Amino acid sequence: MTGKTLFDKVWDAHVVDSIDNGPQILYIDKHLIHEVTSPQAFNELEERGITIARPDQIVATADHNTPTVDQHLPVKDEMSRNQLSQLTRNCEKHNITLYGLGHKYNGIVHVMAPELGVTQPGMTMVCGDSHTSTHGAFGTIAFGIGTSQVGQVFASQSLLLNKPKSLRVSVNGKLAPNVLPKDVILYIISKIGTNAGTGYFCEYAGNVFEEMSMEGRMTVCNMSIEMGARGGMIAPDQTTFDYVEGRKFAPKGDAFAKAVKYWKTLPTDNDAVFDKEYHFDAADIAPMLTYGTNPGMGIKINGNIPEKGDMTFDKALEYMNFKSGAQLLDTPINYVFIGSCTNSRIEDFRIAAQYVRGKHKAANVNAWLVPGSQQVAKQLQEEGLKEVFEEAGFVLRQPGCSACLAMNDDKIPSGEYCVSTSNRNFEGRQGQGARTILASPLVAAATAIEGKIVDVTQEVLA
Amino acid sequence: MEKFKTLKTTAVPLPIENIDTDQIIPARFLKATDKKGFGDNVFRDWRYTKEGKLDTDFPINQPQYKGAQILVAGDNFGCGSSREHAAWAIAGYGFRVVISSFFADIFKGNALNNGLLPIQVTPEYLAQLMTGIQENPEFTITIDLENQVIDTSLGQAAFDIDPYKKVCLINGYDDIDFLLSKKAEIEKFENNRVTFA
Repeated sequence: MTGKTLFDKVWDAHVVDSIDNGPQILYIDKHLIHEVTSPQAFNELEERGITIARPDQIVATADHNTPTVDQHLPVKDEMSRNQLSQLTRNCEKHNITLYGLGHKYNGIVHVMAPELGVTQPGMTMVCGDSHTSTHGAFGTIAFGIGTSQVGQVFASQSLLLNKPKSLRVSVNGKLAPNVLPKDVILYIISKIGTNAGTGYFCEYAGNVFEEMSMEGRMTVCNMSIEMGARGGMIAPDQTTFDYVEGRKFAPKGDAFAKAVKYWKTLPTDNDAVFDKEYHFDAADIAPMLTYGTNPGMGIKINGNIPEKGDMTFDKALEYMNFKSGAQLLDTPINYVFIGSCTNSRIEDFRIAAQYVRGKHKAANVNAWLVPGSQQVAKQLQEEGLKEVFEEAGFVLRQPGCSACLAMNDDKIPSGEYCVSTSNRNFEGRQGQGARTILASPLVAAATAIEGKIVDVTQEVLA
Repeated sequence: MEKFKTLKTTAVPLPIENIDTDQIIPARFLKATDKKGFGDNVFRDWRYTKEGKLDTDFPINQPQYKGAQILVAGDNFGCGSSREHAAWAIAGYGFRVVISSFFADIFKGNALNNGLLPIQVTPEYLAQLMTGIQENPEFTITIDLENQVIDTSLGQAAFDIDPYKKVCLINGYDDIDFLLSKKAEIEKFENNRVTFA
């Protein structure tokens, strides 16, 4: 008998039942909800007279459709205000814990849940948001679901699913200076494409991921969906246990010791076989940029836009106003966004601050910093980073998804480029006609200071 | 959920790859708290010019494709966000089937949960179909879900569908009904699962 993968172990431990010739019933440990993808599910249950099965296994936050300024005031936009108050009403009615706007634990769902220790190894977690894959950084099966499925979990704390195939991406070797976790995942997606992972659950393996912090691992797992994989996981290890220990909802004392003992059994067995494997050499990875309208259209910062010339590719370059063969270095940039569930954790701001300290942003640049949570905002203040950024002319906003999806007023104007630490460079994602260039927090910070894209590969950070 | 058995209709060609859910329904239209009205904004930023006028070059807007209930789209359709609003928008506009050579996972599940049938065909068949409907907007496609067959003047093609989902679509059942019928098993499992509180 061959061994099991990390994914197999967690999945198999949650199968309630298997239907002949059909899907399996998978038990869900934690369900995260937010204002945008939950209201129709609440309505559905109400219309059908179904009660919520396990309200104590649901955690709610407001993040997608929230303003990032003046959060203490009533939300101006009527539809947004209504959506937010509906979340509040639904949570009150069904006894669901809500960390709403202004609460000290409020934040982007994929930032605040790990911070609070809601996310733990070996769990199954879902949320009506595709970047739920983030939580896989803990060795958790975590994936995004649609609103019908939100309703199914409300009704039964379970989902009907076909077990995905297994994929492993291994990166070994030594990363060059200034290559961040964001660059690693952008590099992987640029190599394997945006649908290589469709139908699969991915495991990231190799010393590069083993040596990453939890924040870095979350950045990587976050973008699993951008290669089509429903989720991405990293084996839990001491780094994971140290991160989880002591957090609000983490097991305490003996329970924690027992949990760690169990979590240590989860990593993939040596003789486990994956349906598909990719191997990359860390030394080949450089700081990355995207030049097109999907996250797979990425190049090294000093690379050239490839020649391809099919209709979809040409349409993307036309939208971005870039030419095949050209470089992105020196492209003038007026907007920089550091935020999103990919890169809005304290470590992301620390590295950006290392570059920014003692400098001032270029006059042409609007530089927006949006922390992922109230707790990150607090850390920025405590560590003196808020000052560093403000002295450099950056605008520090309040937590939320913000310009990653531009549901609120944080929109990039039409035709403008934005170097963004978010996860999607789709047409119009950051505002109608906006042109997104995905990059790491370091590249974003450097762009804000210089007012154009600069090569950070040789930069020595203090 | 509306039952799906057979459908005979014309189709709209959308020969673009990697159509993401932000294109299908941009985030600024996700503020509603019900499922109504999303069809009005389907492919909003492709259907309308920057000045807010209907773009008559965009296939869905062209009069020759009016009333078509099938959308034929390029590879990797529905990638990106998990927003089910994308499926509501496509179904709300009046489509009952999307044909592509590849679908993103979450979109596919969302479509099936809303009686919108995603049919995956080979890239070759997709190319023929695309040319067929581009050359002749009257080109008719018949979908027979029971027998899992697409029938056109190009000939027949079989398609796969999860057997459980097929039963759901034909009968108009959804997963909630099924999961509630398994309540006892779920609770039994729950009492024996691994937790560390």
